[in-house]
Amino acid sequence: MIKLRILLALLRKEIKLMRRNRLIPRVIIVMPLMVMLVIPLVANLDVKNVNVAVVDNDHSQLSRRMIADISASEILNVISVGDSHSEAMLEIEDGNADVILTIPPDYSVDMIARTAQVDVEANGVNVTKGMLGARYVSESVLGTLAGISAQSGQKIKTDDISIIYRFNPTLNFRNYMIPALMVILLIIIGGFLPALNLVNEKETGTIEAMNVTPVSRLVFVLSKLIPFWIVGIMVVTVGMLVGWLVYGLVPQGCIGAIYLAAILFSLVMSGIGISIANSSSTMLQSIFVMFAFIIVFQLMSGLFTPISYMPVWVQYITYMIPPRYFIEIMRSVYLKGTSIAELWQQYLTLASFATVMLFVAAATYKKQS
Amino acid sequence: MNRVVDIANLSHRYGSVVALDKVSFNVERGELFGIIGPDGSGKSTLYRILATLLVPDSGHASINGLDTVRDYKKLRTHIGYMPERFSLYEDLTVSENLNFFASLFGVSVQDNYDIIAPVFGQLERFPNRRAGALSGGMKQKLALSCALIHRPDILLLDEPTTGVDAVSRSEFWDMLSRLREHDITILVSTSYMDEATRCDRIAMIDRGHILDIDTPANLVSKLDENLYNASATDMFGLLNRLRELPGVIDCYTFGATLHLVTRAYFDIQKTVTRLTESGLEDVRISRAKGNIEDLFIKLTRDEQH
Repeated sequence: MIKLRILLALLRKEIKLMRRNRLIPRVIIVMPLMVMLVIPLVANLDVKNVNVAVVDNDHSQLSRRMIADISASEILNVISVGDSHSEAMLEIEDGNADVILTIPPDYSVDMIARTAQVDVEANGVNVTKGMLGARYVSESVLGTLAGISAQSGQKIKTDDISIIYRFNPTLNFRNYMIPALMVILLIIIGGFLPALNLVNEKETGTIEAMNVTPVSRLVFVLSKLIPFWIVGIMVVTVGMLVGWLVYGLVPQGCIGAIYLAAILFSLVMSGIGISIANSSSTMLQSIFVMFAFIIVFQLMSGLFTPISYMPVWVQYITYMIPPRYFIEIMRSVYLKGTSIAELWQQYLTLASFATVMLFVAAATYKKQS
Repeated sequence: MNRVVDIANLSHRYGSVVALDKVSFNVERGELFGIIGPDGSGKSTLYRILATLLVPDSGHASINGLDTVRDYKKLRTHIGYMPERFSLYEDLTVSENLNFFASLFGVSVQDNYDIIAPVFGQLERFPNRRAGALSGGMKQKLALSCALIHRPDILLLDEPTTGVDAVSRSEFWDMLSRLREHDITILVSTSYMDEATRCDRIAMIDRGHILDIDTPANLVSKLDENLYNASATDMFGLLNRLRELPGVIDCYTFGATLHLVTRAYFDIQKTVTRLTESGLEDVRISRAKGNIEDLFIKLTRDEQH
């Protein structure tokens, strides 16, 4: 009872101080807006306008149809059709072409003998564009072949490649990024703010007066965490609203599932923030350490690079990184409409991280030295 | 005899720096006890130990029979601590700060208003001013009110008057005297020697050592030296010249004049004549009455020998 009264008094103080702070309330509103409005436009990995130089040595009906199909694609542009591979290479060197498609002489004849091959070469300087561009060209060629075989009833050997992108059919990078951006926001706001808040009390000396009061460690740490719980919920709300109003992206799954994950994750991050603040005596120290965490969290949580692309030993490390689970939940719920029951492992892991971090934060906060 | 504070053989060091070296003393109920010493003498370390914020390397300290290490949780409701640095929330108003600290101790401001009234009186006029916008003296009063709001048995004030103007300092000491009517034991530290006379007893501390503990009057009477006031137009020249003279034990600036400690055979007239002959103008030397500061200087000098 007494503890609850003390906690309420502490919370009232935190909220008053937060509201009177000139910067914090603005950061809480402006930062999510900025991140949600600008970053999806900038951090865009969609590949468009892939320029293809075609070297056609076959000059058959088939090769012309292949070229026509490539030109018809929204993504691919045919910038030149020639006989010489070295000319096409020059186009690549000049930066005019990204991919070279070489159709060998007698391709259409060889095709019937099933030995025909086309060459697809891509400029690897821009890895993403090269990789995806080469794939798009191959798909287009396969499409042409499949079309012809269907028309003529001939059986043409094509490698049975058929890629259909589920859940994000257009492979729109934004749909992939928006749920993840909310994770970034919570990492930064949920981790930095409580750390700075606590170190500020150390720097201004107010913590001395607090430490001689009978306030228990757990109550004090809770009073630092709970406000950032609320902030976390606000940030996610702003994020979802922007996602819906600006990008038309609404979660396929239950909104409650997103909030539950956001609350758990805010607790984890603020626990980390408080623990860092406990072991640093100046703002500078805590910001530095916090930064190290944020970089690792952003790069290793599967935010930009899918975890399955990482070396196996790194994949094991990512199990230790809390945002990994939050990102999995966000993307599944947003894009696939997965339910809490199906994601119970992720929720449970986040909840365990939250509990552990809360106790680490309370244990490392020392009223006595 | 009713001991409130009991300190025995308290030692603490920070790395190789000794902050406290076997400090022992007692404070009785209702006493206004002063801890006098220069900066870096170990005062704040002593306070932090008494306030249960620091665990000493060795020795014991107890307040009201409660050990500062073992019983620190219970003890925290018995003490009111005012750290050297202003430690209230500058963005909260005067009344918000007071109410906040009251609710942390589970008391109401109304119930305990009588105890803070002499201190808080002047602050009543602007309850809605932010603590950060108060003057230095007012900040101290607010901090003292917040440290008092839960009716502690003992008040630990660490250099409460540092950085406060002379008038506010004097007012502050008047308030402390009035607080004693509420049977509160007060431990106050200061580096201003002139404030020492306002205490019942004082402990002189230097480099972690207690030099002496007694009432201010008794301490001054212990000063058994030949002490003179000295002045001349060229004070710096006088200081250098006097320090070279035989029979002079020590010479140091004291306010606007110099204090001169001499051996028994020292002759004022001869010295004045000699100094005037050597080119100093308006040389005056007269008997001086020593005070706490002179005693402090004597005791630290004795320590060194």
